[in-house]
Amino acid sequence: MSIEDAVADTGCQDRQIRHERGQRAVFCGLTSIVWLHRKIQDAFFLVVGSRTCAHLIQSAAGVMIFAEPRFGTAIIEERDLAGLADLNEELDRVVNRLLERRPDIKMLFLVASCPSEVIKLDLDRAAQRLSADFAGRVGIFSYSGSGLDTTFTQGEDTCLAALVPVLPEAKREAARSLMVVGTLADVVEDQFARLFREIGLENVHFFPPRDSQHLPPVGENTHFLLAQPFLTETARTLQRRGARHIPAPFPLGEEGTTGWLRAAARTFGIPDERFEAVVAAPRDRARRALSAHKAKLEGKSIFFFPDSQLEVPLARFASRELDMKLAEVGTPYLHRQHLAAELDLLHKDLIIYEGQDVENQLDRCREARPDLTVCGLGLANPLEAEGLATKWSIELLFTPIQGYDQAGDLAELFARPLNRRARLEV
Amino acid sequence: MQLTVWTYEGPPHIGAMRVATAMTGVHYVLHAPQGDTYADLLFTMIERRDKRPPVTYTTFQARDLGTDTAELFQSALADAYERFKPQAMLVGSSCTAELIQDDPGGLADALHLPVPVIPLELPAYQKKENWGAAETFYRIVRTLASPRQGQERPKNERPLANLLGPTALGFRHRDDIIEITRLLESMGIGVNVVAPLGASPADIQRIPDADFNVVLYPEHALSAAQWLERAFKQPYTKTVPIGVNATRAFIAEVAQIAGVSADVPERTRLPWYSRSVDSTYLTGKRVFIFGDATHALAAARVASKELGFQVVGLGTYSREFAREIRAAAAEYGVEPLITDDYLEVEAAVRDSNPELVLGTQMERHIAKRLGIPCAVISAPVHVQDFPARYSPQMGFEGANVLFDTWVHPLMMGLEEHLLRMFREDFEFQEAPSHLGAAPQAAKEAPAPRELAVAAPAEVAPAHQAAETPATPSALVWLADAEAELRKIPFFVRGKAKRNTERYAAEKGISNITVETLYDAKAHFSR
Ligand code: SF4
Ligand code: SF4
Repeated sequence: MSIEDAVADTGCQDRQIRHERGQRAVFCGLTSIVWLHRKIQDAFFLVVGSRTCAHLIQSAAGVMIFAEPRFGTAIIEERDLAGLADLNEELDRVVNRLLERRPDIKMLFLVASCPSEVIKLDLDRAAQRLSADFAGRVGIFSYSGSGLDTTFTQGEDTCLAALVPVLPEAKREAARSLMVVGTLADVVEDQFARLFREIGLENVHFFPPRDSQHLPPVGENTHFLLAQPFLTETARTLQRRGARHIPAPFPLGEEGTTGWLRAAARTFGIPDERFEAVVAAPRDRARRALSAHKAKLEGKSIFFFPDSQLEVPLARFASRELDMKLAEVGTPYLHRQHLAAELDLLHKDLIIYEGQDVENQLDRCREARPDLTVCGLGLANPLEAEGLATKWSIELLFTPIQGYDQAGDLAELFARPLNRRARLEV
Repeated sequence: MQLTVWTYEGPPHIGAMRVATAMTGVHYVLHAPQGDTYADLLFTMIERRDKRPPVTYTTFQARDLGTDTAELFQSALADAYERFKPQAMLVGSSCTAELIQDDPGGLADALHLPVPVIPLELPAYQKKENWGAAETFYRIVRTLASPRQGQERPKNERPLANLLGPTALGFRHRDDIIEITRLLESMGIGVNVVAPLGASPADIQRIPDADFNVVLYPEHALSAAQWLERAFKQPYTKTVPIGVNATRAFIAEVAQIAGVSADVPERTRLPWYSRSVDSTYLTGKRVFIFGDATHALAAARVASKELGFQVVGLGTYSREFAREIRAAAAEYGVEPLITDDYLEVEAAVRDSNPELVLGTQMERHIAKRLGIPCAVISAPVHVQDFPARYSPQMGFEGANVLFDTWVHPLMMGLEEHLLRMFREDFEFQEAPSHLGAAPQAAKEAPAPRELAVAAPAEVAPAHQAAETPATPSALVWLADAEAELRKIPFFVRGKAKRNTERYAAEKGISNITVETLYDAKAHFSR
């Protein structure tokens, strides 16, 4: 089935999807703060949680280039729980001190964690209360990054969904506009903006914006294209504001990027010839960049542990553009509708695992002995020690991989562990 | 409620994991939500462990809260036992599970597993990582250690010691135990058990067989050693053998406890290196020290007595040992810094104007930003704290390592000065510096390599920044003052510039004159 048909086709009903329940080995949604705070440059992310939450973000963020990063944790202590301190007052105190110290902050997210949810600390109310105090100075929002209801990238989904209600209303009579939804590296965003312009789409906005002053407008004339596959809630809230979703594959690889751009072009009635003329050169560039890696990767098997929800589009890219064999594709959550175009492009015999039982999955991985395993940092060295080549999945979130000019980089991420093994004689 | 940007210690269950991961034959079932599984990467990435930590997380979710998280815990425990067949199990709650109060210990009892199951109560909202490690080790020892079975040991057998305290993710624990084992061997003392690192539950059981305990890391082993002394009359050592003098004192203490000779060959170059003439330039170097209490105290002693540095700051994040740090700080005439607030530490480093920082990975970042040389002396650790080579901190070889790792950053600083001094010479052709390439701007987005695991990208070579600190925009150096500054010897010029600007800023002076320069000099001369 070709990509064009796949975009039109919505269903992939006969595919086998297996659900697993057991121990999961994924981060919680707090982790997405690591890239969100780099994207929205005047925002501060204040986790209301425990020492564990602080330790998680620190371990995921790693470097401390910045003495005072734009994220932190308000750690709940014994006296708060014992009722010796009023939690809401304590939170107000922390927020006041923080905002006094950091006048550069224009947007504050109160991020709920498992502990704050279990003790039913109402951060939505806290955000409203504090918003009144800081009206006109700092926008204050809340969302959940708790491990009880979000895995890893879902933290971006809940964050963006919390922002949708405050997006400016696009005028009814305004021209139709395109909104690209989901964090992309700035360099990728700029590339897409250029391409859209050349295709003939002028009215294009990106969400999340680079700072709080550039929230994109939304309304009935807004059509949105998801740049990331994990934005279930965000899409729903945008639709509630009248915006319309453009079904498309995700912009990974030459094929995915073309399908993604084309879906937008068609929605806006751009003639196919014009579209093809604009993308011909970058498509060709992407194919050339891919070819060197493809020579090394074709026929190799790849196994995806569930992690970021990018697994299905990545599997499609690996199998169709690099001719790799899919040993297993696991994903923490599968949004059938958003991934419809992707699923249509995958071989129909492929079984997709939704959810996780890490021990069983490790057994299957050892059994399959794939040439490359895409997994989290906790599993990588142990699998390497068992002789399996691995790629850290988190790198796929922190490296620009979307778009034509990153297609080669994406392939290189898969090729690198194999190249390294080929070099080493020790 | 406390605002935290970076933390020195994780929650107490991380301490329990450090003990469980250090051991063999144990498995820890932790009642925790999915995100808490991040902890695995600390061990597999930072320490490059080739196995996952022996930990099963129940990973309960919101939907489980309404139904039965207790049942989920029990099935996870039963499955983990079946799969891993450990000799002993640990069970406990993370911060979130503590709030839902499922009582892992009670739930485990109901399963009647055929191995000892040790419940851990680690109050996550009060305590931290090191306390969690100590408590876990104590519980394990208390549950498993049992009096010697069968006959007494033959009378003429050599004395036996246990080495207590080394854990996974410890700062050089791996090498310290080798060094101290060798040292004890050279005194005719055998090592009975090293624990928790490398010990199995059966080994823990044998702990009482030894004549005494060596407490390598009081943060982790003191409570267990105190209990062993009460229960089995095993004395324990109080000296931590870091540095030449402490190693000598340790030998004397051990000799006395074990009734052996203290006559041990001293295989260390530190005393001579420190007395050799080229070390003269180390005299009175201002050093700021921060770390866990054990390493901070030791570093202060070695720095002042064995290297001739001046301690200008001393602190710890281990509140449990605040008293010891306060006493030592009084001795060095500095304010003790007992805090786990990273920003407070940074301010203290800046204010004390040190020439060398001895700290944790956190202070390494502070020092880098301030352009001050730094060596790491304590956990929290990073991947570079697990060097491929043998690199203990304890014993005589440890003293050699301390000399090298503390002095080299300063020496490199000196060489950089020389390069700078000749820079104006016509022969000077951008000589390559061993400190690396030209400074690169900090990357905006964290590159994947920098994630939690690898050496963070250097923001700028430290010494470069040290000697040419950027002038804050509000300050202006008048021409005569600037000319005067250039007359100051190169190796103190950067410091003079920094101090003058600081002084000017404090006094609200915006135009720096020659007078300002000398006023500042007088102000800061101590
Ligand atoms: S790709 Fe195959 S399985 Fe999926 S919808 Fe098309 S025909 Fe059905
Ligand atoms: S899983 Fe929950 S408790 Fe753990 S780090 Fe994430 S939000 Fe915090």
